[in-house]
Amino acid sequence: MPDKSSISQQIVISGVGGQGVLFVTRLLAEAAILKGLRVFTSETHGMAQRGGTVLSHLKAGAFSSPLIRAGNADGLLALKANSMAQHGYYLKPGTWAVVNSSQGVTTDADVSAYIVDAERLAKQIQNPKSVNLILLGFALAAASAKTENNLFCQMEDVETVLELRMAKNKTMLDDAAKALEAGFKSFK
Amino acid sequence: MLGNEAIANGLMENGCTVATSYPGTPASEILGAFAALDKKGPGQRHIQWAVNEKIAFEIAYTASIAGLRAAVSMKQVGLNVASDPLMSAAYLGVKGGFVVISADDPGPHSSQTEQDSRLMAMMAKVPVLDPDSPRQAKDMVKTAFELSEAFEIPVMLRPTTRVCHARQDIEPGDVLPGKWDAGFQKDPERWAATPKFRFQLHRALEKKLDAVSRHQKTAPVRLNDAAKTSKALVVSGVAASHAKEILKDLNLWDILPMYQVLQPFPLHQDFIVHMIDTYSDILVIEETTGIIEMQLADRHRVKGKLTGSVPGVGELLPESIQKIISEFAGIDTQPIDVPAEPGVRPTLCAGCPHRAAFFAIKKAAPKGIYPSDIGCYTLGLNLGAVDTVLCMGAAVSQAAGFYHAYKHETKRPDIVATIGDSTFFHAGVPALIDAVVQNVGFVLVILDNHTTAMTGNQPTPAMGMGACGEILNPVDIEGLVKGCGVRFCRVGDPYYLNEFIALLKDAIQYSRENGPAVVISRRPCLIDRLKEVKPGWEPMKVEVADTCDGCGYCIDHFECPALSLNQNEKQVGIDSVLCSGCGVCISVCPKKSIKEVKDAG
Repeated sequence: MPDKSSISQQIVISGVGGQGVLFVTRLLAEAAILKGLRVFTSETHGMAQRGGTVLSHLKAGAFSSPLIRAGNADGLLALKANSMAQHGYYLKPGTWAVVNSSQGVTTDADVSAYIVDAERLAKQIQNPKSVNLILLGFALAAASAKTENNLFCQMEDVETVLELRMAKNKTMLDDAAKALEAGFKSFK
Repeated sequence: MLGNEAIANGLMENGCTVATSYPGTPASEILGAFAALDKKGPGQRHIQWAVNEKIAFEIAYTASIAGLRAAVSMKQVGLNVASDPLMSAAYLGVKGGFVVISADDPGPHSSQTEQDSRLMAMMAKVPVLDPDSPRQAKDMVKTAFELSEAFEIPVMLRPTTRVCHARQDIEPGDVLPGKWDAGFQKDPERWAATPKFRFQLHRALEKKLDAVSRHQKTAPVRLNDAAKTSKALVVSGVAASHAKEILKDLNLWDILPMYQVLQPFPLHQDFIVHMIDTYSDILVIEETTGIIEMQLADRHRVKGKLTGSVPGVGELLPESIQKIISEFAGIDTQPIDVPAEPGVRPTLCAGCPHRAAFFAIKKAAPKGIYPSDIGCYTLGLNLGAVDTVLCMGAAVSQAAGFYHAYKHETKRPDIVATIGDSTFFHAGVPALIDAVVQNVGFVLVILDNHTTAMTGNQPTPAMGMGACGEILNPVDIEGLVKGCGVRFCRVGDPYYLNEFIALLKDAIQYSRENGPAVVISRRPCLIDRLKEVKPGWEPMKVEVADTCDGCGYCIDHFECPALSLNQNEKQVGIDSVLCSGCGVCISVCPKKSIKEVKDAG
């Protein structure tokens, strides 16, 4: 683990309104704070939340701007299969993307894309609205398995954030932890 | 903490005692966050959602002239509604610190216009502060209160969407209890000044502004120690945040001097002189209008929005700022290719009662004109049931405008206007009174979902609930409509689609002969978590029978996100995750192929 001062990461999270893009962004932001990092996120509110495209930017480290410039992101969490085509331009060459898709994803960019069928997994664990957490778990697994995909936080950090957030609601916490784990374990 | 929460924390830490607002993206979360903090803390403030921004402004302003610290928050188009008291309040001045928070939406992401509230501050002649981040927004609340009290003047804080909806790691400070030390000092020559005295107040205001433009605490700051050159950058707001990062990335931090303006109006006089004397080439990057640029009045030296060096339309994204700075510094950088984003268009939620109401309107008045208004239901556009959207409350007056335009035709179109409950209270009521007086033949459908849905489910006056969840007096919509003089006023539930269509037809028939008719379409919002109980309706399970021939009628005319056409099987499928079980599609299908699944047990 590199020391705190050298960490500087920019992650794009993309999906449509209602999928929980903002929730995933918040979990990652809180994980960054837990690790003592400076953090900046930018969110979509208002009309787009009614099923329109929702895009979050998350920057952990010393930044002054809330937005990520095209070609500068270190990673992409795509909650929709077409998010890769739509927002892949944010990624720097040689970086990673995790994509929720039931099929393969083709990209001509120099990016490692990891695919998970989060909808199917969500049905399996009987929590159809947990696609966001499954993808996050999958991303954390991908990051820990491949050193080049470094992410500023680990599975344990996100689990701690969930515990802190949902301390009062055991059922909700169990469901969330289960979804996160299902995603984590599905990475091979 | 979200930018809007940071502002709320700033209000809390600076003893703001009265806070009012009308919700609007991107400002909506400020008051809610303030109310939440108050519940955590001493709980002794007046915090309220007002019927509209004008009323919100007047309540908070008056608390200030009674000596309390007060703030009003709204979005930029809300400031238009509150512009009348703003202009006058600038002349009269304040006693307790008074901060007007007007959040701009360059882009626009969720607004009718990209207008710059700083221009409104300039017009009103009040100082305005332009934060670059949530952290600075919080700090500027303190500056704004102090400035307001030092000069007895309203002070505007102008965050933009990227400040309001950015999240940053910020430590909350101590909550200061509200200070109830009201002591209104009567001074009719000031507080009720006649036109003759207004001239003197105007002169006094100009003097205040002159002093504010020399006030050191809000003076522009030099951000870097760059070498002496003939070029300089002037930045403000979130454009400053982007520019700081970009300058470092382009290795220009030590080369190009950069100044950040904290108070775009009135721009500091010393700064203007210093810039024009020192540099021959000055680039100003700001959102959304060239306010700073205008005041740096040297057309030969200053570049920006007015000279076309910075785009005058749309949000200043960091990619665009990088290009502008590179060109200005004369360096080559890789052009950044940002593809146009088609994206997914927003739509009403599955099971949204508005969808059922719009479908019914199209059935009842297929050739009608459909003026509509601002809210979630603007998305009735997708259903072809919204023809016009102008501004808050305009559905009613636009209906009147259409009626008058066609009134001498032999075949007049039916006019069916839609307006949300919160918007009706906000600005629809005066227009309805006007329509009664003029006997406008139209149907007004009030989409009563018991909430202000689009902005995050704030209470409406009909709910009898306050910003902190306290019990207040509810105002009954039927009584209000009848009180305006409307003689046809009926309530229907759009989930009972066929009955609702019949009700609309009655209303339309009435409006052709007799004048205005109002139908209240009553069914609570699905995503309003405040109300767990939805009386009068049990969610049902629906399925598509084999008789579905994939004609696509439900997709085209009902557009429920839970319904989609399976191209291979040439049938419609129902997404069981999205489906809320409203069952309205059963009545929509012309082939009767969507059916309720009855449990065997």
